[in-house]
Amino acid sequence: MLRKFVLAVSIILFYTLQCTLFKELALASVSPNLLMILVFAAGFMRGKKEGLYVGFFCGLLLDLCYGKTIGFNALLYMYIGYINGFFNNVFYDDDVTFPIGLLCASDFIYNFVFYVFAFLLRNRLVLSYYFIHIIVPEMIYTVVIMLLIYRLMLKVNRKIEEIEKRSATKFG
Amino acid sequence: MRRRKKFEIPIKYVLFILTLLCLATIIASFLFDGFLRPVKSTVAYVLNPVTKGMNSAGTWFSDKADDITELRKIREENKELKATIAELQNKNAMSVEERNELEQLRELYKLGETYSEYETVGARIISKDAGNWYSTFTIDKGSDAGIEVDMNVIGDGGLVGIVYEVGSNYALVRSIIDDESNVSAQFASTSDKCIVKGSLKLINDGVLQIFNINKSANVSDGDMIVTSNISSKFLPGILIGYVKDISDDANNLTKSAYLTPVVDFAHLDIVLVIKAQKNNGDS
Repeated sequence: MLRKFVLAVSIILFYTLQCTLFKELALASVSPNLLMILVFAAGFMRGKKEGLYVGFFCGLLLDLCYGKTIGFNALLYMYIGYINGFFNNVFYDDDVTFPIGLLCASDFIYNFVFYVFAFLLRNRLVLSYYFIHIIVPEMIYTVVIMLLIYRLMLKVNRKIEEIEKRSATKFG
Repeated sequence: MRRRKKFEIPIKYVLFILTLLCLATIIASFLFDGFLRPVKSTVAYVLNPVTKGMNSAGTWFSDKADDITELRKIREENKELKATIAELQNKNAMSVEERNELEQLRELYKLGETYSEYETVGARIISKDAGNWYSTFTIDKGSDAGIEVDMNVIGDGGLVGIVYEVGSNYALVRSIIDDESNVSAQFASTSDKCIVKGSLKLINDGVLQIFNINKSANVSDGDMIVTSNISSKFLPGILIGYVKDISDDANNLTKSAYLTPVVDFAHLDIVLVIKAQKNNGDS
């Protein structure tokens, strides 16, 4: 219950931060993808199921607020969360390099698929331009933000796990 | 003994079901205009106060960041400026003359007049599209303030965009720099028609593309581009920007060029929504 509440609050918080504060802090008109960090973290730290649900709801929120086709982001984020869940068994608290790689891959796949459907199909063929000016900068910016908040997310995750364990033994 | 966990649907089935659901909504949103509009409005209704607060925090941060970088710049500038003051005083006399000319030209184009004839609503930008692919934004007024879809949005002395979705307390605006934006425009001086297209590729250069200028059009760099009178959605005579780098197309029939918008989209804060709509004769 507590976990669901924390996740719901962080989805809304990350979303509002992403489309307000971080739009002001955009570098070269590219801002980080905070929701991707959340989806990745949910999948990677907690497994397929949570990745799937968090991804679905993050995407749905994006679709409902700005999307033209409802369900597209939801689908994409859902699969990314789900796939990140496969790497849950190599999740160790002290390792940072692997999560960086995983987040990079997630963000890249998301933007690439988005490019193909939203831009390539409208005859915007110069992939290299979008690659250099949108996809890669967003990836780097997102990873930097992730590094800043990764410790905090680990701590929150551990805290919730502790509380869950305690209440499980109490009522079990 | 721990209680047995309650029955759970296997995650693969959940994935499958949600995938189908998403595909269904994607197809539905292509087929039906305004699909899930009530849900969208509710979400926006709940989230907008949060976004509004967060946005003011964001502006505060960026203002502070700007302050620091600007202070350094200002010091250097101050030195230079002192030197240029003398020079400017000389030029001032000349510029008065030029201003008179400008006023005459404005009167000629009757731009100022057409603007002020329209009834407008002021609105504040409260959030921007979360991704980096589109240039759409949310304003804090909606149908409650009389805003409707396809109303033109101006600000900063020029065309900003067009309303493409409205809720009771918010409206979504597609700015003209958006990759999917097309504006039917014309040269203010010669009335040659053209198309102004937004491009994600050119956003960082701060320009838009102009297509379909007639080869024989007698136009040159620096000409003023306004919305055209044959546009189906944009009111005529709204200033968009100025032309630069006109070049002939490969087909030798048309010319294309770049357009420098008058609106500074990165620092846009408050916009005006024109409440008059272009009459297509179908209402």
